[in-house]
Amino acid sequence: MAAVTTAPGGVDLREPSGWRRAKSQFATGAMWFAFVCLLVPLGFVLVTVIAKGASIINWQFLTAGIPPNVLPANFGGMGPAVLGTLEITAFAAVIAIPLGILGAVYLNEYGGNRPLARLLSFLSDVMTGVPSIVMGLFIYTIWVIPNGLTGLSGMAGSFALACLMLPIVIRSSYEMLRLVPDSLRQGSYALGATKARVVLTVVLPSAIGGIVSGALLAVARAAGETAPLLFTIGVVTANNPNLFSGSNTALSAQIWLNASQPYVGAQARAWGSALTLIAITFILMIVARLVTARFNRYSR
Amino acid sequence: MEQPEPDVVEQTVSTNLPRLETRVQSPATTPGTTIFDVRNVSIWYGSFKAVTDVSLPIYENEVTAFIGSSGSGKSTVLRALNRMNDLVPGARVDGEMTYRGADLYGKGVSATAVRRRIGMVFQKPNPFPKSIYDNVAYGPRINGERNRARLNEVVERSLRGAALWDEVKNRLKQSGLALSGGQAQRLCIARTIAVEPDVVLMDEPASALDPIATLAIEDLIRELKQNYTIVIVTHNMQQATRVSDRTAFFSVLTDSKSDTRTGILVEHGPTQQIFEDPRDNRTQAYVTGRIG
Repeated sequence: MAAVTTAPGGVDLREPSGWRRAKSQFATGAMWFAFVCLLVPLGFVLVTVIAKGASIINWQFLTAGIPPNVLPANFGGMGPAVLGTLEITAFAAVIAIPLGILGAVYLNEYGGNRPLARLLSFLSDVMTGVPSIVMGLFIYTIWVIPNGLTGLSGMAGSFALACLMLPIVIRSSYEMLRLVPDSLRQGSYALGATKARVVLTVVLPSAIGGIVSGALLAVARAAGETAPLLFTIGVVTANNPNLFSGSNTALSAQIWLNASQPYVGAQARAWGSALTLIAITFILMIVARLVTARFNRYSR
Repeated sequence: MEQPEPDVVEQTVSTNLPRLETRVQSPATTPGTTIFDVRNVSIWYGSFKAVTDVSLPIYENEVTAFIGSSGSGKSTVLRALNRMNDLVPGARVDGEMTYRGADLYGKGVSATAVRRRIGMVFQKPNPFPKSIYDNVAYGPRINGERNRARLNEVVERSLRGAALWDEVKNRLKQSGLALSGGQAQRLCIARTIAVEPDVVLMDEPASALDPIATLAIEDLIRELKQNYTIVIVTHNMQQATRVSDRTAFFSVLTDSKSDTRTGILVEHGPTQQIFEDPRDNRTQAYVTGRIG
């Protein structure tokens, strides 16, 4: 067979037909199929949210107070929820990111094979798998109930989100620290650096790009969470800039509340909130990419 | 560089550095101050005895080469000299190892303080993912130097000392990872000498480099020994003859009964003697290439 296709004066270097070529083509086809299967739901979600949510979004929607459910879409907006989401998520990040990075530094640089480190690593893995509603219940039980009526606040929501983010930040930072080659640590030690110096001046700067992008992904994930907020922040319809006192609200919670209403206006506001939330997440992802690129400017 | 070198022994000593003129007459037979005194040292990694009963002196402003096959413990001994082995879990040193009369493994001795005086260059160039400038300034900075002018001076002096200044002086802000292998290794040498150590340990510093970069590093080693004491591990016997004043030959001792292997120091002495007139048959076999 192959002899027929031999080019004059040359060797036939094409992949021989038969089983190998068939396998290769099958594998390539399977991968394309998987890729398309992945894109379809993703694209469908995005297209639906944009189609149903884009028309309602304007400056008023992003800033005005939340109107009664019965009012049509051109009344009020989701301002308190936008503010709440930004505040609650930001404070959760302030709690969880430093703790998570320090935890990862302990696990990778100091813990070694010690029982404590192995236990922490195991627990953080388990925590990753805990359903987010459990985090909400946890904060509800230990913070909201003991504090009675004043327990519901943005801060309580931040605590719940921080519990959710912590294992993600630990895991992603840990993986980034593990990638730092030992030769860099040794180079630093050989110049007379102490362990703390090695970590602060070589290990963390080498891994910072990946750590930051992992942390921002955790923030993006937390920004979209509903369940941890259901028991912890209550609900308001006017802006509550005070994170530490009084009920609050968030986009994710408002999607849940409004989407279950029979009123067209409320449903439109739910779609608008969904699109706003996706946009916030999208912006965070872009920032994560930019930050990674900025921090990695010396790594090649 | 210089005129063709007639033979191996001449290579050891023939450089045009004025200081070395005297060595041509009496090649490394009158050692200076003893920098390291290693006595009956054995080193374990956990239950594995990597080297057994090594004793040798290392003299000031000389290049001492450790040669021998893989697994003979030469890198292990080298890393014990500035306590880099401390970083390996389970590593343990028995015996006496002194540096300028002080016990390296004595009570209260800080590995950090030891390494500030005894620097190390590794087999694989390991520049930090920072700019060239920050790589060289790293050591002075962790030792507390903040003065910009003094840092500039140290960076330039160190890069000149490592024969890299002319190649990088216009791109000090570029990443140290953008350099070629040979340049990166010279950057690591610059980084090491920026803290003005007393001793520079080199663990096969040229084995990852091409022949031309290797020669550049060897030239550099010959220059550096005017100011520093150098200990170099090498697999390349020509390299040992080209750069070193003294050579220590390590070998593997296999105990067939207990099926254990350990590194031993077979013989040490002036490089010329080791290569021309070895006292031990194993050295003879190794340096003549009959045993790899």
